[in-house]
Amino acid sequence: MVIVAEPKQVVAPGELLAEGDHLLGDNSFKVGTRIFSACIGIFEVDGNRVTVVPLKGGYFPRVGDLVGGRIVDVGLSGWTVDIRAPYEAMLPASETPGPRGPRRRDLSESFDVGDMVLSQVLAFDRTRDPLLTVKGPGLGKISTGRVVEISAAKIPRLIGRKGSMISMLKRETGCQITVGQNGVVMVWGKSPENERVAVEAIYMVEREAHTRGLTDRIREMIAKSNVVGEVARTQTA
Amino acid sequence: MPEPKQPEKLIDDKGVRIDGRRLDQLRPIKLEVGILDKADGSAYIEQGKNKILVGVYGPREAHPKHIALPDRAVLRCRYRMAPFSVDERKNPAPSRREMELSKVIRESLESVVLTDLYPRTTIDVFIEVLQSDGGSRCAGITAASLALADAGIPMRELVAACAVGKIQGHMALDLSDAEDKYGEADLPVAWVPNANLVTLLQMDGILTINEFEKGLTMALDACKTIHSMQQEALKKKYLVIKEVAEEREETEVVA
Repeated sequence: MVIVAEPKQVVAPGELLAEGDHLLGDNSFKVGTRIFSACIGIFEVDGNRVTVVPLKGGYFPRVGDLVGGRIVDVGLSGWTVDIRAPYEAMLPASETPGPRGPRRRDLSESFDVGDMVLSQVLAFDRTRDPLLTVKGPGLGKISTGRVVEISAAKIPRLIGRKGSMISMLKRETGCQITVGQNGVVMVWGKSPENERVAVEAIYMVEREAHTRGLTDRIREMIAKSNVVGEVARTQTA
Repeated sequence: MPEPKQPEKLIDDKGVRIDGRRLDQLRPIKLEVGILDKADGSAYIEQGKNKILVGVYGPREAHPKHIALPDRAVLRCRYRMAPFSVDERKNPAPSRREMELSKVIRESLESVVLTDLYPRTTIDVFIEVLQSDGGSRCAGITAASLALADAGIPMRELVAACAVGKIQGHMALDLSDAEDKYGEADLPVAWVPNANLVTLLQMDGILTINEFEKGLTMALDACKTIHSMQQEALKKKYLVIKEVAEEREETEVVA
C-alpha cells in the first residue's frame, strides 16, 4: 500500500499512482498490484480509494442526471434531443406533463427544433440510447435566462465540495443557476449585467478548474465588477 | 522545387550525419497540445522538418450507423499528407501508402485506448502531415496518442514511436528524409512503456539479426525519451494556466 504519485497534482495517462490493495476510483486501472491513471486529470486520494478527476472529456449519461439539451428532431411520438453525449437522447411525448392518451396535435407545439429543454435522464444503459423526461419541478422548455455550455468534466468543480462553489456564485451574483450534469448551465439574473458576470465566472471555473484558491479568486472577480456587487448586496440586505 | 540530389556521403569520416547528428541522436522535437479549438483533442509535433497536426473527435455517435460495434467504440484513423508537404506536389487523393499508414497507426493506438467504455460510438483521429521529412508515421503516432489524451479519452498510456535505419552500413536513429531514401533499411517502432508492448513494427530493406536487435534497442531507448517529452507536453498545458492563475492571485494580494 504505497501512494506513488503526488496527490492533487496533474497526472497523465499511464502514470503510476499507487501500489497495493487500494480501491479503484474513476479513471484508474490495475495491472497486477500497480494502479495507473487512465486519463489526464488531478490525482486524488480519499481514504483507501485512488481517483483521477479528469480535466477533459465529454459527457457520459447516467440515470437521474439533470441535463440541458437541444431539440434536434420532432417525431410522431416524441423528440430527439442533443444532450452533448455520444448518444442521441429520446424524449417521448408520454414523458411530458399534461393529459395522457393519444394526442392528435402536432408535437412541435410543445417543443420545436432548436428549443432548449431541461430534462432528467430516465433510463440509459450500454445497449440503449438515453431516455429523457421533463416531468418534474423546474423541468421543461427554457425560454428565458442565459445558457452557458462548458466541458462536462468541469461540472464537479463548478458545484464544488458540498456545493460550495455554486452556492457562492448564486449568492455573490444574485443569479439563479441550474447546473446540468452534461455541461449545460442555465443562468437567470436580475439584470443582464448580473448574468454577464455569472457567465464570466462560470467560464473562469472551466478554465482554471485545477488551480488552488479558485473560490476566493472568483469571489474577488465578482466583487470587482461593481454593478453586480451592489445588486447582490441590496438583495442580501 | 527540384528533387534534392543524393548526398555523396550520408555519414562523414568523423561519424557525423548530413544534418550534423551522431548515429544515436534524435532530431529536435517540439510537442504541443490543445491547439485546435473545435476538436475535442489536438496535438502538434515538429520532429526535424516534420510538421504534423492531429485532431481527435469523440467518442461520438457512429456515422454511418452500421459501423458501430455493440461492445466497444470504433477507432477510426486517417493519415493524410498535404499536397504541399513534399518537394513534388503530392496528389491529394488518398494513396495506397496513406491507407496503409492509417491502418497501422490505428492498430498501434487501438491497443491502448479503453474502447469498451464507450460502446456504439466512434473515436476519430485525423493526422495531417503539413511538412514531411521521413519518419512521419512515427511522429504521427506520437502526436496522435497525445491528442487522444488531450481529448480526455481513457487510455492505458501514451504511445511513443521512433524509427531506426541503416545508413552506409551503420544503424542510425530517427532517419531524416534523405537518409530514409538513400539508406539501406528503415525500421519504425511504436512502444508502450508500462505494458512493455511493441504496437508497431515494420521493416523496409534488409537487416541482419544483429543489426535488427541493435536497432530495436536504440529505438526503444529513443521511445523512452519521447514518452517523457509527451507526458511533459500534456501536463504543460494545465500547469501554465495554474501558474498564471496562482501568480495573479499572489500579485493581487500584494497590491
